[in-house]
Amino acid sequence: MRNDTGRSGFIHPVPSEITPEAIYQTRRHVIRSLAAGSAGMALTAWGLREAHAQTPRAGQLAPLAAVPSAVPGALNMDRLTAYKDATGYNNFYEFGTDKGDPAKRAHTLVTQPWTVEIEGLVKKPGRVNLEDLMKWGAMEERIYRLRCVEGWSMVIPWIGYSLANLIKRVEPQPGAKFVEFVTQADPKTMPGLRGGALDWPYVEALRMDEAMHPLTLLAFGMYGEVMPKQNGAPLRLVVPWKYGFKSGKSLVKIRFTDKQPVSSWEKAAPQEYGFYSNVNPLVDHPRWSQATERRIGEDGLLAKKRKTLMFNGYEAQVGQLYAGMDLKKFF
Amino acid sequence: MRAALRHPASWWLLLAVGLLPLVWLLAQALQDQLGANPAEALIRALGDWTLRSLCVVLAVTPLRTWLGWPELLRFRRMLGLLCFGYACLHLLGYAWFDLGFEGAEMVRDIVKRPFILVGFTAFVILVALAATSSNRAVRWLGGKRWQWLHKSVYAVAVLAILHFWWMRAGKQDFAEVWVYAGLLAILLGWRVVRKLQRR
Repeated sequence: MRNDTGRSGFIHPVPSEITPEAIYQTRRHVIRSLAAGSAGMALTAWGLREAHAQTPRAGQLAPLAAVPSAVPGALNMDRLTAYKDATGYNNFYEFGTDKGDPAKRAHTLVTQPWTVEIEGLVKKPGRVNLEDLMKWGAMEERIYRLRCVEGWSMVIPWIGYSLANLIKRVEPQPGAKFVEFVTQADPKTMPGLRGGALDWPYVEALRMDEAMHPLTLLAFGMYGEVMPKQNGAPLRLVVPWKYGFKSGKSLVKIRFTDKQPVSSWEKAAPQEYGFYSNVNPLVDHPRWSQATERRIGEDGLLAKKRKTLMFNGYEAQVGQLYAGMDLKKFF
Repeated sequence: MRAALRHPASWWLLLAVGLLPLVWLLAQALQDQLGANPAEALIRALGDWTLRSLCVVLAVTPLRTWLGWPELLRFRRMLGLLCFGYACLHLLGYAWFDLGFEGAEMVRDIVKRPFILVGFTAFVILVALAATSSNRAVRWLGGKRWQWLHKSVYAVAVLAILHFWWMRAGKQDFAEVWVYAGLLAILLGWRVVRKLQRR
């Protein structure tokens, strides 16, 4: 096709020539960092640009500013999963069991006002508003691998702070050995509660040392913005070395106990889901292998699946939590 | 209607309609329209179409009797082979996209996941039926024996539902399973009732 605009002097850009916003933002950042630092520092910054700039916003929801995390292991360098995939393909049974259901149905979730109840063996129990809770720690961006027990994985830039900040603030009593997370269960807005797969509300739990680990994240957002409803707005847990279901969404209660809680999946199928549910390629699910995984969006139709890593690749950071434990027995 | 069914073009038209889902899936795959996990989407869609075509082929005889349209018999072999074709692609998709054609991996997976063994058994029966679908095979086996062999498609129906039910058991999401189970129960039940009435 001939596109003769020369005489009018009005030249149309071809769509493919328009720079996508994400790339344009990255360029601006590189230029800024070049301007700010010495040449050597700027080059280092450019080489580690993922580690020095917050992920560009997805442009869908309200922004949530954060600084890149300094916690060891918190900034994975794998390619990020596309926002569309991370928000369109996930499990959130409260909205249905199909992985497309949360994106279709979670718009009904009411996230304002939102309070979180802190109870059990703590010196400072109480109800906290979301707005106040968000001030209990400095917002950090953390790029974590997410491994679903079903055999697929993603890489997601979360925003939040270490759960340890909250735990220290509410001052657990000496007897508190476990932390239990209770999630929202509202039959009016969550059609999935009619399904029989699980008992509601969905409950998850961690051992105190797991909950205190700096990688355990209380997340309020992702991709530079507040948490999308289908991903567990307004706040959720992210425990990157455990299968995804351990990371409860839309938290309403955090309870400190002296006895090991029974999590929802453990209750539904104790022979298939243990309390720990650490990502472990050597311990299969009774019904399928956990040795490999499919990285969503990256591994094409014909690409081989990738090998699943011990503790999802966080063995250096969390391996010592389980020293001496038989991980086949405590799966 | 019956004249149209007798027209040679109707056979080709029905075949084309039967292949439409495949064309649609391939077009989506080529344009990257299969969502976040295209391998899973493709394997599951091919399984769905295997089950749907099985329902269609099992509906031929009840419809033929009920409507009094003997012409429908003309399409039965083609519909059966279409079902076999979707089953082949479903298995191929699993072996290729899920397991990368690794034989040892496949054996381990089949042992680990009984629902795959159930599906595979159904596939083996379908192979036997497809292999004996020609006129020559009917002559070679003799009508009685051929009919007896091809009644094993009822077993395929039961195994296919079990395969689907077991696959969904993890999430206890049986709504779709019951739809197909109900359809196939009607189609097989009709045959049982007729058999009893004839006695």
